[in-house]
Amino acid sequence: MAARHTWKSYLLWCANEHVSFRIPEVEAILAMYKIPHTWIEKPAENPWMLILMPSEDCAVKLMKRSVTVRSIIELWARSTTKEHLDDQLKTLPTEFTSYFKKENTFKVVVDTFNKVTSQEDKVKKIESFSFLPILGTANLKNPSVTYHYYEFFGLDAGRIPENPFDYFFGRWVSNSERSAVEKYSLKTRHFIGNTSMDPKLSMIMANLAQIDDGHIVVDPFVGTGSLLVAAAHFGGYVCGTDIDYLTLHGKMKPSRAHQKKRQPDEDIKGNLKAYNLFSRYLDVFVGDASRPVWRPEFRFDSIITDPPYGIRESTEKVGSKKIAPVPEELASPHFPSKTQYGLGDMYKDLLNFAANNLKVNGRVVFWIPIIRMEYDPDLLPEHPCLETVANSEQILNMHSSRRLITMQKTMEPKEAVDSAIIHDLQYTFRHKLFNTGEIKGRAREDVQAEYLTKRSKRGNGVAKLPCNE
Amino acid sequence: MKLLTHNILTSKCLKGVTVGYPLGIVCHTQAKEVKVNEVEFNPEFISRMIQKVDWPALCKAAENLGHSDDLPPAVVDDYENNEEFLKKAHHFLMEIEVINGDLICPETGRKFPVTDGIPNMLANEDEV
Repeated sequence: MAARHTWKSYLLWCANEHVSFRIPEVEAILAMYKIPHTWIEKPAENPWMLILMPSEDCAVKLMKRSVTVRSIIELWARSTTKEHLDDQLKTLPTEFTSYFKKENTFKVVVDTFNKVTSQEDKVKKIESFSFLPILGTANLKNPSVTYHYYEFFGLDAGRIPENPFDYFFGRWVSNSERSAVEKYSLKTRHFIGNTSMDPKLSMIMANLAQIDDGHIVVDPFVGTGSLLVAAAHFGGYVCGTDIDYLTLHGKMKPSRAHQKKRQPDEDIKGNLKAYNLFSRYLDVFVGDASRPVWRPEFRFDSIITDPPYGIRESTEKVGSKKIAPVPEELASPHFPSKTQYGLGDMYKDLLNFAANNLKVNGRVVFWIPIIRMEYDPDLLPEHPCLETVANSEQILNMHSSRRLITMQKTMEPKEAVDSAIIHDLQYTFRHKLFNTGEIKGRAREDVQAEYLTKRSKRGNGVAKLPCNE
Repeated sequence: MKLLTHNILTSKCLKGVTVGYPLGIVCHTQAKEVKVNEVEFNPEFISRMIQKVDWPALCKAAENLGHSDDLPPAVVDDYENNEEFLKKAHHFLMEIEVINGDLICPETGRKFPVTDGIPNMLANEDEV
């Protein structure tokens, strides 16, 4: 490893979207690739992270995975005033000024956060750096060096200051995996359902789960397999189960307007084929998450899942209130009747499955619906063999949000016992969600006020509804 | 259904079944209902899987399908460097697919149908 004094500062410039997922995502990638690093700044809301790393290779590796970051630059100067920034740039060390040599063609990219800047103004800003002794010629199409200049105008779209709060200048190293996500858009995807996961969130989940080439990944509530697409994109071999026969066979009612019938190859396989990821497909099968069928000794590398919350998709398991034997002539094929699968039981089964069937250090990443007013991190599901390593919120509406929980298996369970601890919080999510209108008067105003400030500050960033792409 | 998946499935979802492994396989009509797909060969992945799969169960499944001729009866010692062996394992784990047939619980004889390559492992309401 290089001596620490040769490490450089890298600035991760982030997208204004999925804000609370940024730091967990980057930390998961750093840990997965064992990238040596020292954090300098990791603000919770501001769109950058500042990190010391030994080499550019580390920066490139990090960007190969991230979807919350836009690009990474080798940071040359940062300040709260332009004058001070310029001063820093006038006294750059030779390891940086050597890029100014004649053979290097160059380009400068300007990005202003929370302020729209015309091309004309951008050119003016670029010209303000004319004091830099750059000897090469400009080349906008294919430059050998690209410089990035960022201005940060705060987070409040309602009150944009005249001058930026922060200025950054550096040499561009790499863009992130964000652009790769475009091709997975749900708009153009072959097979989707009503609750298919947004492709960026799916990628974030795959990163949090630290899915890598050759890993075996399972989704026990697979639905239309949108999480499997992200897992396969990062090299995972994917399988899944779902209780709904029609979904897995691609025979449920079409989700797109004006589509009368599902096409014959409209299924999870079809999606992976369309994205050229079919070699990563193992299998899906109809199964009940409350009745495990996996060989107990088998260890998965990761579990990623979006269980049904009982709102847009029902929570079901096999069962019946009155136990009547199934007559032999109906036994095969027979569609067993299903009963309500309480959210609490569902998370209990999920954590017990994870504790038994994940490899040690493997991760389970899942969503859990929350009534925001009642949220208490101590009431999230727990398991003695699983440690919570990340917990990010996506706000859905005034009352409710969902949290993406990442847990890592710390040890094998002593014996295969069901030791997940579920606090009462989730049992009544559905009931509460539909009755929160009853919060009246002051309490209601408070909730509303908080929700509205979050929204206006962030545009659609945090508060985007799931699956509305 | 790939034989890799078959290798990690049990019938433990049925009440009273303790091991439920390995599941027997019966195809409705041998010739049509087993397909061989070409899948990209990834030697590292197959090596990892060999550590995880139950080899005798794989042999038995291959035999059930009448495809066992080529499959070595046991894992060879230096399989990681034995490309010929890895390729055979790859063929059996990843390329042979059961399209229509039944998986059979070894303890109760209960059949789980495989339709269009998708097994249905749901127990009936009187079996849970």
